[in-house]
Amino acid sequence: MSLLNFFRAKRPAASAAAARDRLQIVLAHERISRDGDDFLPRLQKELLEVIARYVSVDQNKAVVKLDRGDDVSTLEIEIELPMPSAEESRGTRVAL
Amino acid sequence: MSEVIVVTSGKGGVGKTTTSAAFATGLAMRGHKTVVVDFDVGLRNLDLIMGCERRVVFDIINVIQGEANLKQALIRDKRVENLSILPASQTRDKDALTQDGVEKILNELREMFDYIVCDSPAGIERGAQLALYFADQAIVVTNPEVSSVRDSDRILGVLASRSQRAEQGRTPVKEQLLLTRYDAGRVERGEMLKVEDVQDILAIPLLGIIPESQSVLSASNQGVPVILEEESTAGKAYSDAVGRFLGEDISHRFMVAEKKGLFSRLFRGAA
Ligand SMILES: Nc1ncnc2c1ncn2[C@@H]1O[C@H](COP(=O)(O)OP(=O)(O)O)[C@@H](O)[C@H]1O
Ligand SMILES: [Mg+2]
Repeated sequence: MSLLNFFRAKRPAASAAAARDRLQIVLAHERISRDGDDFLPRLQKELLEVIARYVSVDQNKAVVKLDRGDDVSTLEIEIELPMPSAEESRGTRVAL
Repeated sequence: MSEVIVVTSGKGGVGKTTTSAAFATGLAMRGHKTVVVDFDVGLRNLDLIMGCERRVVFDIINVIQGEANLKQALIRDKRVENLSILPASQTRDKDALTQDGVEKILNELREMFDYIVCDSPAGIERGAQLALYFADQAIVVTNPEVSSVRDSDRILGVLASRSQRAEQGRTPVKEQLLLTRYDAGRVERGEMLKVEDVQDILAIPLLGIIPESQSVLSASNQGVPVILEEESTAGKAYSDAVGRFLGEDISHRFMVAEKKGLFSRLFRGAA
């Protein structure tokens, strides 16, 4: 072990700020869902149901991403809609 | 008026039992009639930390099931006057603890003691809920570490919604934060959450900071509540916290690392 490694081993990276930031965000959301008001999962489910009413959605091709952020949360849903005609089989992508 | 105090945390291994033993002992040392009750049915440990494990005959479940009366189950501490211990059962199923049974015992204890300190089991399930259900005050034991802070936040949610005070719409349970296993050196190096961070996030008043201390292990080895190790930093910090709990104005200590010797300063300068 080199001398440099010895000093490095004594000083792990400062990570407390990351701990604070992550906690602030996750707890903000958990407190909301505790009061039963976290509508994002419900919104996601209902959106998929509505779309399924119009087109047959291949659940495997529905990409749903939820990112709970500090100021804004984003719900990204990407669904491949199959085209009825054979020629245009490449389909259309709808992003919400 | 007697007060029921729950020592709770959500997460296990953060220092609830250490705190319950120290706190109850400190209250008794200041002349208050105090009993500390082990709610960790199946994982009894408070008796070991209090050093009375060889004197346990009956436990809380025996009392609930009518096999012993409360006076028979209470163990009087041999060192400190005014202090008694009610042990948990080691063999019974934790379902033997019923809400009616707990209420009856606590009502009887209220007649006999000024303070009833309840050492909660980990988790947010039945056992932990029963330990906090009848509380007037809560000491939320938290380590400066992400999972502990998150679990404390959840327990605060339970206190606010599922305690008897919450259900009956009475004054809410008084909640205070006890930050334990605090390592000021690591905080200064940015490796550990600061007390201000934890307090900001949990948003409850700070009762005390208990430093990480080797005396906690050695005291537990000997069955001595660490508050009786009067020279240890943890012992002093617990004693301060008890004083604050009783309304004394005591400033917080152990928030900054002790001055380093030349040797360690040389190392830090070189790194
Ligand atoms: N301030 C402290 N410094 C060092 N070790 C501690 C401190 N507080 C608690 N511990 C240790 O942490 C472990 C868990 O403590 P315990 O009180 O049993 O936690 P819990 O009841 O929350 O599970 C024990 O080994 C104990 O000795
Ligand atoms: Mg314990």
